[in-house]
Amino acid sequence: MDFGNILSLALGEIVTPTTAAYALAALGLAVHFGYSGLLNFGQAGFMAVGAYGFAISTLTFKVPFVVGFLIALLCAVIFGLLLGVPTLRLRADYLAIVTIAAAEIIRYIVTTNTLFRVTGSADGLSSFQREFDSFNPFPAGTYIFGWSNREFYVRVVSWVIVILCAVIVWLLMRSPWGRVLKGIREDENAVRSLGKNVYAYKMQALVIGGILGALAGLLFTLPRGSVQPANYATELTFFLWTVLLLGGMSTVLGPIVGAMIFWVVLSLTQNVLAGLIESGAITFLSIVQAGQLRFILVGVALMLLMVFRPQGVFGNKKELAFA
Amino acid sequence: MRSTSRERSKRPHAGLRQVTGALFAILVALLLAAPAAQAVTPSPSPSPAQQGFQNSISGFLRDDARAPIPGVRITAKGNNFEGTATSGANGSWTIPVPSKGTYTVELDTSTLPEGIKLAEGQQNPRDVSFSQTSNLSVIFAFGKGIVVQGQNFGQDLLNRLVAGVSFGMLLALASVGLSLIFGTTGLTNFAHGEMVTIGALGVFAFNAWGLPVWLAIALALVVGAAFGYIQDAGLWRPLRRRGTALVPMMIVSIGLALAARYVFQFFFGGDTQQLPGSQVTDVQLGPISVSPNTLWSLLIAAVVIAALGLLLLKTRLGKATRAVADNPALAAASGIDVDRVIRIVWVVGGFLAALGGILWAYYRPGVTWDMGTQILLAIFAGVTLGGLGTVFGALVGSLVVGIFIELTSLVLPPDLKYVGALVVMIVVLLFRPQGILGRRERVG
Repeated sequence: MDFGNILSLALGEIVTPTTAAYALAALGLAVHFGYSGLLNFGQAGFMAVGAYGFAISTLTFKVPFVVGFLIALLCAVIFGLLLGVPTLRLRADYLAIVTIAAAEIIRYIVTTNTLFRVTGSADGLSSFQREFDSFNPFPAGTYIFGWSNREFYVRVVSWVIVILCAVIVWLLMRSPWGRVLKGIREDENAVRSLGKNVYAYKMQALVIGGILGALAGLLFTLPRGSVQPANYATELTFFLWTVLLLGGMSTVLGPIVGAMIFWVVLSLTQNVLAGLIESGAITFLSIVQAGQLRFILVGVALMLLMVFRPQGVFGNKKELAFA
Repeated sequence: MRSTSRERSKRPHAGLRQVTGALFAILVALLLAAPAAQAVTPSPSPSPAQQGFQNSISGFLRDDARAPIPGVRITAKGNNFEGTATSGANGSWTIPVPSKGTYTVELDTSTLPEGIKLAEGQQNPRDVSFSQTSNLSVIFAFGKGIVVQGQNFGQDLLNRLVAGVSFGMLLALASVGLSLIFGTTGLTNFAHGEMVTIGALGVFAFNAWGLPVWLAIALALVVGAAFGYIQDAGLWRPLRRRGTALVPMMIVSIGLALAARYVFQFFFGGDTQQLPGSQVTDVQLGPISVSPNTLWSLLIAAVVIAALGLLLLKTRLGKATRAVADNPALAAASGIDVDRVIRIVWVVGGFLAALGGILWAYYRPGVTWDMGTQILLAIFAGVTLGGLGTVFGALVGSLVVGIFIELTSLVLPPDLKYVGALVVMIVVLLFRPQGILGRRERVG
């Protein structure tokens, strides 16, 4: 077993675009849950809306990159409004059920064979990233860690977006607007009695977190150049929750570091297990089972985190979205 | 908030440390038999290469009267591979293939029995491709099969209605448990889908061990009830005693759902298996053509739900349960052992979910590791429609959802059949958030 290789693979996960996408989507969840107390279990839906909004508008309607990008964000805004209107006045668990249902509706719709021409059905869509690639300013060659110029480019773009969004969220949450949100999280009625329109604030938070989700969907699909509905199942949302709780739910840095830890641990366990199986040290597992074992661990980690360290790595126990 | 005896819990962590261990012990114990057993299970097709590959292309050959067509040769070509299968006595055929991708599937029309032809517009050979799932089903329509729906809409409607009621009743079994748990503890249990799965997987595992079906079903129900008991004793009661709020508990249930689901997949694999007696020919009842399993399922669910209703309305325990659901603190003050009631609710909920899962395995038909997750949202829709926390609301809501799902498949393509129910749920929340039978005050 080559420990050096395993370690470098795991460390490489820290900066992959997928990690960036998870970080960004979890940041959206932090806006929803950590700062505003909104239980969004449909973040995968927001990501799918962003990814498909972009892919369909560029492939089917042939719009340029920037327009497709804006359409993706607009779709997320509309999706957020649609979800918020029926549920934000109701108790928290209603929002949870409606968001998870809405995310599944999106996934069913992009999977159905009826819309094959538009959505590509279960195979999804691909080759919508050419214009994105054409913006690549880096000349061909190898960059740090032996990345190709495209690999380097997508990493730079992903993380610039993540850092920008993190700064924006940080500034927002320090603003008076953010203080009202935190107030809503702590005691909705107290804020309402101060004359604030709680419903409007919640809606704004839902939409902003949703836009971050849609951006994450783009970061998730553009580097790999394809979007497939199976990637946007409820598991994705649950992984994002694990990431969020790992890092700390009402922090800006939490989701980002959470995503890094999540992917490093996943990569380490996969490669170590695979190495042990290949070298014959473990005989009772197949490679496929090793992959499933990781997700069992994710579930257990989610439970243990929630029970024993709900504030995550960075969080402050006083700033939890629940008593 | 709802814990009544926090003073008793001097060391709340002790119980929690054992949580995962205890839970997985039972899951593992149950499922250990499954992988070994898969080899023994008669495969649906006599294909020799059955064991070799993870992926497969498969289908059922049925003529326009839905009778199976045996002995038809089908070949799949592509990706440097060629495989053949002959449809079995129940019309099913499976061609295991080495990798996902695009294949050319051809039905050898010379092997078709006399008088049966492919329907018009049925491509043969045709190119099919798959990339996400491990199994691809290919449907060949025969005779005038493809237009049957349009020709006899009324009959189809009746068939769907019966199927919908049956589906709704099995949903109700699962929803009633979920609703009872919500009513007494306030927990929205996202792991309820896994409680459904464990019933069907249990029957499969025990049956593969060589036990007769009835015994396998009985044992699977016991396992389902035990799963409910262990969850409560090992996880939820310690959490309640710690005074954990409802939202964290909901997230814990998601973690449990993820872990349990992948434990199932770990031992069971990603394939679809069949329970004994799940492939049967439809019977004709007057104008209705229906699978006898669907009728049995309907009958069993109706009897169990009626018994549960009597239990809730007529017995002391039922009264106590309703009291706890209404106001746990007041119930505790009037001498009801709230923890005991909640424990019983978990056991009953686990039992009902497992039964629902077994019926669901016969209804689909098929057993998979994620079958419970597939109907979890339909269960939620039923519970929400009826009104969160109301038992009879869950029953009514599930029936509505079940019938609605079956009826919408008359107009919507089958891969969208759950969408209608979910949309209806969201729309109902807009206008009557407390659900059909819920009371207004329950909604924040």
